[in-house]
Amino acid sequence: MAHSGTVSISTTTLSDRPGDPGRSDILAVAREQVLERGEGLTQDQVLEVLQLPDESLDDLLALAHDVRMRWCGPEVEVEGIISLKTGGCPEDCHFCSQSGLFASPVRSAWLDVPMLVEAAKQTAKTGATEFCIVAAVRGPDERLMGQVAAGVAAIKDVVDINVACSLGMLTPDQVTRLAEMGVHRYNHNLETARSYFPNVVTTHTWEERWETLRLVREAGMEVCCGGIVGMGETLEQRAEFAAQLAELTPDEVPLNFLNPRPGTPFGDLEQMSGPDALRTVAAYRLAMPRTVLRFAGGREITLGDLGARQGLLGGINAVIVGNYLTTLGRPAEADIDLLGELQMPIKALNETL
Amino acid sequence: MTAPVQEPAADGAAQFCDQCGAPAAEPGHERCAARRTLEPPRFCPQCARRMVVQVDPFGWTARCSRHGETHS
Repeated sequence: MAHSGTVSISTTTLSDRPGDPGRSDILAVAREQVLERGEGLTQDQVLEVLQLPDESLDDLLALAHDVRMRWCGPEVEVEGIISLKTGGCPEDCHFCSQSGLFASPVRSAWLDVPMLVEAAKQTAKTGATEFCIVAAVRGPDERLMGQVAAGVAAIKDVVDINVACSLGMLTPDQVTRLAEMGVHRYNHNLETARSYFPNVVTTHTWEERWETLRLVREAGMEVCCGGIVGMGETLEQRAEFAAQLAELTPDEVPLNFLNPRPGTPFGDLEQMSGPDALRTVAAYRLAMPRTVLRFAGGREITLGDLGARQGLLGGINAVIVGNYLTTLGRPAEADIDLLGELQMPIKALNETL
Repeated sequence: MTAPVQEPAADGAAQFCDQCGAPAAEPGHERCAARRTLEPPRFCPQCARRMVVQVDPFGWTARCSRHGETHS
């Protein structure tokens, strides 16, 4: 692998570099367009970035880092997530171990409110300002809405943390109720490019997801929308997805890397290479210079222990700490310690208001 | 998915792989071993039943209907 693991912040200018001038062109264009003017890359430009060779990776990451520092600042948003309702989902998202339609070993489970509050408390202790309650459902039923209402109220009583939710597709009434509960941000991933979505999910459409996102924004909640890369999509489709997300202008974009799950249709896919994952991080930052770009699931698998550092120096400005919904992450302290070492302050609670 | 359900060994030793549910003595668990650092257990090591697993940001609990709960 050409990329050795440590990210060197190169001070070499592009013009010092030999080789194909077309290759460095896109970085020069991005420097002027994104870094100086704050205007995200177009779909075609993102594709050019995704096609850069490994030799350009350090320069690309350094530029993405500069863009993030310039347009977002040094703060990093830290979040913990919890699965309120695990497994037994009627949808067929081909990457997901929680679909009831696949022979996955994940069984259904419900978390009770005291355990939810305890997880929020522990999350806040790390310095995190975000706690996201997630349920594996097509959309919430009344039982789930009731459990969420009770959980959000109980958390707000005792923990100083922003509560987000991810509960699938919503009706207008449910959106209103979540906003009234004080849910400040709603996560609903488009998951992949519109053109590739039918290869990933057949039980609902990309457009239905877009509609929920529209309702969420209308209700005044922050929009959190990202997806998973490495699901067999082409580089063109990865660029298409970046452009579609940029059009949505979400407040936050969580970027996941496929962690192939046993028993799912994508269970035997190869995991993405580290350089590909990092190129995607940087390209998405250059497409969306101002968004909260969060390192989410799969980073430990794709990038190993060094991934957090490489991402945080390559355009990432938010992390999920600790475990994920059904899989484990690295210990939260490892990421918190790293932020200290990189002199990146954890975003404080009132800065998000 | 149904894994083979058998009675545990008299000494309570792990008979089954907690990742794939196959007998632990069978070869081919290299991938399971690699997984274990980033995956909670899914199958009861004593009887291979699928367990109900709850992951939270800082740990996990896994419950077998026959052999009870373990946690991280």
